[in-house]
Amino acid sequence: MSVTSETEGYPLAQFRKTYFEECAELLDALQSNLELLSNGNEDDDTLHAIFRSVHSIKGGAGAFGCTDLVAFSHTFESLLDALREHKVAATPDVRQLLLRASDALADIVNAARLEQQLPADFGADIRSAMQEALQGAVDCVEESPPLAPGAPGASSPALGEHRYRIVFRPHTEMLRKANEPILLVRQLRKLGDLTIAADLSRLPDLYAIDPEAAYLSWTFTLETAVSQATILEVFEFVEDDCDLKIELDEIAAAPSVAAQTTADSDTGGGTAVAQAAAPQAAVTQSIRVDVDKVDRLVNLVGELVISQAMLTEQGLALPPDQYPALIQGIEALAQSARELQESVMAIRAQPVKSVFARMPRVVRELAATLGKEVRIVTSGEMTEIDKTVIEQLNDPLTHMIRNALDHGIEAPDERKAAGKPRQGTIHLSAAQRSGRIVIEVSDDGRGINRERVLTKARDRGLVAAGANLSDDEIDNLIFLPAFSTAEVVSNISGRGVGMDVVKRNVQALGGRISVQSKFGHGSAFTLSLPLTLAVADGMVVSVGNETFIIPLTAIVENLRPQTADIHPVVGRGDVLALRGEYLPLVYLHRCFSIDNAIGDPCRGIVIIVQSEGAGRVGVVVDELLGQQQVVVKSLEANYEPVEGISGATILGNGRVALILDVARLHEIDSRSTAGRQQPSEIARSETREDISHAA
Amino acid sequence: MQPDNKVLVDRGLEAAVGENAQQFITFTLGEAEYGIDIMVVREIKGWTETTMIPNAPPHVRGVINLRGIIVPIFDLRTRFGIGVTVPTTMHVVIIVAAGTRTVGLLVDTVSDIISVDPKEIRDVPEMGMPSEDQFLEGLVAIENRMVTLVSLAGLFGMPGGAPKRSASDSNGAIAA
Repeated sequence: MSVTSETEGYPLAQFRKTYFEECAELLDALQSNLELLSNGNEDDDTLHAIFRSVHSIKGGAGAFGCTDLVAFSHTFESLLDALREHKVAATPDVRQLLLRASDALADIVNAARLEQQLPADFGADIRSAMQEALQGAVDCVEESPPLAPGAPGASSPALGEHRYRIVFRPHTEMLRKANEPILLVRQLRKLGDLTIAADLSRLPDLYAIDPEAAYLSWTFTLETAVSQATILEVFEFVEDDCDLKIELDEIAAAPSVAAQTTADSDTGGGTAVAQAAAPQAAVTQSIRVDVDKVDRLVNLVGELVISQAMLTEQGLALPPDQYPALIQGIEALAQSARELQESVMAIRAQPVKSVFARMPRVVRELAATLGKEVRIVTSGEMTEIDKTVIEQLNDPLTHMIRNALDHGIEAPDERKAAGKPRQGTIHLSAAQRSGRIVIEVSDDGRGINRERVLTKARDRGLVAAGANLSDDEIDNLIFLPAFSTAEVVSNISGRGVGMDVVKRNVQALGGRISVQSKFGHGSAFTLSLPLTLAVADGMVVSVGNETFIIPLTAIVENLRPQTADIHPVVGRGDVLALRGEYLPLVYLHRCFSIDNAIGDPCRGIVIIVQSEGAGRVGVVVDELLGQQQVVVKSLEANYEPVEGISGATILGNGRVALILDVARLHEIDSRSTAGRQQPSEIARSETREDISHAA
Repeated sequence: MQPDNKVLVDRGLEAAVGENAQQFITFTLGEAEYGIDIMVVREIKGWTETTMIPNAPPHVRGVINLRGIIVPIFDLRTRFGIGVTVPTTMHVVIIVAAGTRTVGLLVDTVSDIISVDPKEIRDVPEMGMPSEDQFLEGLVAIENRMVTLVSLAGLFGMPGGAPKRSASDSNGAIAA
C-alpha cells in the first residue's frame, strides 16, 4: 500500500465523511458524559472524556475549514479545560450551560455537515455565557494566588519556569497513521524555549529504508510555564504510537514546583498516562465498517443457510448406513451455519444507547417550551438490537417522549398541588425478554383521563353508545387513527403525528405497543420489538398449490372449527364463534384468487391471528406444513409492494414463499367479497342493501 | 423495409461496425424476433417454476429465487398483448437490470448477439396505435430478418401497466 494510492482512494470528501461520522459518535459520547456529570458524577475521568470529545471535534473542524465550529468549540473547550483543572466549579448553572452548549454544538456540526449556513448570531448567547463563566474563573484564581501556587497557565510566569525533558520515540508505523512529528515540534516550540536533539541510531542504511517508517527519535528540552498535562496534550494523538517520557529536569526544578510534580503524579505522571492509555484503547478496540458490507454478509449467510437446509433435506433421504461421512458432514455444516448466522447477526446488533442518548435533548427542549420541569431517567441502554430496528426506533420514541411531556407531565404548580414533586420524571428503559426487546416509556404525570377519552370516542362514533369497555380497552383507544387529529387531553398543536402513527411505525418493525395507565399517577407505554428484522419465525401454510408464511408473532392459535360454529353475518361476512366471541373469517384463497383450494374452514384450518385494526381474525387456509425460521427478503427491491404481503423468503427446496401481512388480509377479503356480492360472505356496509335484498 | 441497411451480424465482424456499435441480444416470441441492449442483460437461464404474486397483472408470472434475490418474472408475450406463454423447460428467462431493479423476461428462445450501428436503427412506423411505441425502441434489418429493439425503460416505466389492447397488429408486421 503506497502513500499515493491511499490519497487517491480517499479524497478529501472521504475524510470529511469520516470526520462527521466520528463527530456523531463524539457528540453521543459528549451527551452521555454530560448526563453523567449532571447526575453528580464529577470525577476527573468524566471531565477529561468531555474535554476530549470537544477537543477532537475542534481539531477536525479546523482541517475542514468549518470556522463557526472551530470558534464555538474553542470557547467550549476553554471552559471545559478550566473545569477539569478545577478553576471553575461545576455548579448546576455551569452544568446547565454545558448541556445547552452541547446541543448548540450538535446543531453547528450538523449545519457544517450539510454545508448549511446558520444565523450569524447562532449560539452567541451560549458563547458569551461560557466566556463569562471563564472570566469568573480567572478572577477567582487571581484573587487567591496562595491556594494555587503552581497553577498551570496562571497569569504570572514568574511562578515557575520548569524545564522538562521529553523523550519522544515514535513507533515505526507512526507515520503511516498520518502523524507528522514536525507539527508536534512546532507546537512544543509555541509552549516555551525548546532545544532539540535528534537520535539517529535507529536509522538503517539507505537501501534498507522503508520510506513510510519512522526511524528518528528526539529528546526535547523545554523551558516553559505550562503544566505537564499541557505538554501531554501535544502528544495526545500519537500517544499510542510512540514511547513518550516527560520528566521534570531536577536541576532546574524550583522548590515551588515540587508541589506541581506531586499533583501530576496524582493524575498519573507523563509516562504512566501514556502507558495506561494503550491497554484502555485495546479494550474498546473496534473497526469502522460500511453497513453495506455487513448487509452483504448477512445476505450471504442467509443464502448459505438456505443451501444448507436444502442439503440437509437431501441428506435425510439417503440411507444413513451407506454414506455415514456425508451425513456427518451435513450435520457439522448445519451446526456451523447456525453459529455463523448468529455471529453475523450479532455484528448488526447495536446497543439502543444511540437512540436513547438523543432523548434527553428532546426532553430539555420541550420542557423549556412548555414551562415544565422534567428529568429523564434511562436504563438498559446497553441492550442490543438490530441496527435496522434502531434506526427506525427514533421517530416513535421521540413521539412517545413528547407525548408524555405534553399530555402526561403536569405543570410544576399543578404537580405540587397534587402532592407530587415539582419535577416530573420520564423513565425510558430497554430490556431483552424472551427473544424480544421491550422498551418502556413511563411518566409520573396525570395518566389517561378515561372519561374524556371515552366521551371523545363516542362523539366520533368510534365506540357504540351502549358499549361497555374495560379500562384497558379505553386506554388503547388513543391508538385509533381518529384520535390523531384531535388532542386527547391538552391543546398543544402543530405536532403532526398521533399515536396511531407511532403504532403503525412500531408494527412496521414487527412490534407491538400497549399502554397501561393509572389516572393521576402516570402512564406507561410498552413497545415489544423483534430482535432482528432479517430473520423471523414463521408458520408455513398451504392454500391450493401455493405456500405462504404467517409470522409466528401474529398467531394466537390454530383450530379446525365445527360447521355449527360458522355463521354468516349480514354485513360482516362469515364469523367464527369461539368461546363466546365472534371473529371475522378471512378466506385466503379468495383474497388472492387461488384455485384448487379447500376453502371450507371445517375441512381446512383456521389460524387465529392478532390483526391490528380489525382485532382478532381467523385466516382460513388448507393445511399447516410446519414451523420454521425464515430469512426475510424484500419483494419491493425488484418488484413493488403487494397488498397483503409483507415480504418473501426462500424455502428449503429453493422456491420462494411469500410472507403474509395479516393486518391487511381482512380488508382485502372484504373488498374481494364485496366485488362478488355473495350474500353469505359479503362484508361491506355499502353493499348492505344488496345483501338484504338477496337474503 | 430498408434493404440497404448495413447491419452486420456479430460473427467476428463487429470491428467493422465502428466504435459506436451497440450490441443487442436477440430473442424470439413465436416468429417475431426482438433485440434487447446487451448492457442491461445480466444472465440467461432456463425457465423454472415461479411463485405466484397475488392479484398481480396477467403479465407478471410470479417470482423466483435467483441466488437469494427475489426476482419477478414478466411474460413478454402477455406484456406485448400477443397471448400467454405456456412455459416448458425449453423456454428461457433473460435476467435484466431495469434501473435499480433486477427482473426476468420470459421469452421463447434466445437466438443471437448482433452489433448495430445506432445510425441504422429506424423508428417504429406509426401503426395508429401510439401506446405501442412506449416499449419499442426501433427496428433494424439484418440480412433478411427484421429485429424489433425493445426498450426496458418503456417496459417498466409504468409498473403493473398491462397493455389494454387486443392481440394482433404491429408485431405481426414487424415479424417480416
